[in-house]
Amino acid sequence: MTGDFTALQLVLTADPALVAIVTLSLAVSLTAVVVATVAGLPLGAAVALLRFPGREAVIVALNALMGLPPVVAGLAVYLLLSRSGPLGSWGLLFTPQAMVIAQAVLVTPIIAALARQTIEDLWVEYRDELAALNVSAPRRVATLIWDARFSLVTTLLAGFGRAAAEVGAIIIVGGNIEGFTRTMTTAIALETSKGDLPLAMGLGMVLIAIVVIVNALAWGVRRAGERFAG
Amino acid sequence: MIDMRAPVTDLPILLQDVGYRVRDVAILDGVSLCLTEGAPTVLIGPNGAGKTTLLRVGMGLIRPTAGQVTFGGRSDVPPSRRAIVFQRPVMLRRSVAANIEYALSTAGFARGEWPARVAELLDVVGLADFGHRPARRLSGGEQQRLALARALARDPEVLFLDEPTASLDPAATKAIEDVVRAVAVRGIKVVMSTHDLGGARRLAGDIVLMHRGRVLENGPATAFFAGPRTEEARRFIAGELLV
Repeated sequence: MTGDFTALQLVLTADPALVAIVTLSLAVSLTAVVVATVAGLPLGAAVALLRFPGREAVIVALNALMGLPPVVAGLAVYLLLSRSGPLGSWGLLFTPQAMVIAQAVLVTPIIAALARQTIEDLWVEYRDELAALNVSAPRRVATLIWDARFSLVTTLLAGFGRAAAEVGAIIIVGGNIEGFTRTMTTAIALETSKGDLPLAMGLGMVLIAIVVIVNALAWGVRRAGERFAG
Repeated sequence: MIDMRAPVTDLPILLQDVGYRVRDVAILDGVSLCLTEGAPTVLIGPNGAGKTTLLRVGMGLIRPTAGQVTFGGRSDVPPSRRAIVFQRPVMLRRSVAANIEYALSTAGFARGEWPARVAELLDVVGLADFGHRPARRLSGGEQQRLALARALARDPEVLFLDEPTASLDPAATKAIEDVVRAVAVRGIKVVMSTHDLGGARRLAGDIVLMHRGRVLENGPATAFFAGPRTEEARRFIAGELLV
């Protein structure tokens, strides 16, 4: 019970160490989602709308990569960024940027695969109508993305949820360095192993709150979509 | 300077010995037809007769696998002067007004013209008070009328309607037929398919009876209903099943 009280106190008093960890976590995950969106949304749209040899294999690969184990993603990024790796000269290993890259690797297939499915379903529905309206190819893509916007926002929030809750990849490429690459999930893992439960529980509360807020936002966006766009 | 060129027109739409096959199945087979200005042309016939495919060929959405289609003497003309309303129209995930605005923008109307055009079109189809509603929340009949308004937003010369009153109740059917009459009076060539012989009698200037991908009869509606030339037409008018 004392641990619960101390954890709550840390949250309510906005403990500087806790705030720093939360801030870094949000910055890393949000940046990763932006990067994954820039890469994954056009990729998903292209796979949805273009017909090319190997398309089915790409769809299967994207769907499979949604379940990519974080430690495998972390290992792959580690090998890329390590001193002897192809991108070792960039000096990014054990930095927040490396954590962004690892999370983006995890989230990009999620956004690409879900966006592909959403856009393809809408394309099947809209295809004849857009052809009848003599809509140009770029305008068709823009129309599909705009009309799928509520579903796509939900996709992005799902990607953010995955990034925020992830620990395996960022602990490998970030190193969990205090004050530099320590995030909520890596700190919870460390503090629990050290027996410092109040900080771990306080971070856990914040993490759960964030996950709940993200899901509430996803729900709200979907409801707003139904209400305003049908 | 006076422009002495004749205005570009998609009419007549001329189908010459048109066929459309999917694998070994002939959906259309040797169809020849001339769609000209004037009262609505109504395609009738049983399911699978090829009515919808013929409308799509006329609209230019699919290319025939045999024969030739020309629009005002030209081939490969984009559907900028033609519009179609599908049997199950797709409502864009936007408001009623935004659905029409989308069609206006794709047809190249200046943004400043949109509000007046939207108001006029919603008034024509009897949806004047529905502008802000989500289009997908409308009833089936209302969606058909919105689809009509969206098609008319393109200021078409030819309007194809694929069974526009299918599965609508009498009131909704009357609303659609009133719009079709109003459209025809404005000089737009209407080409529609229907199973509803009553609707065909009320609206048609010309009738095209189709069966198994072929045109069995084609001519003025009054002559067709008064004295059908083929046995199939007599049976169809009598309400017998053509299989």
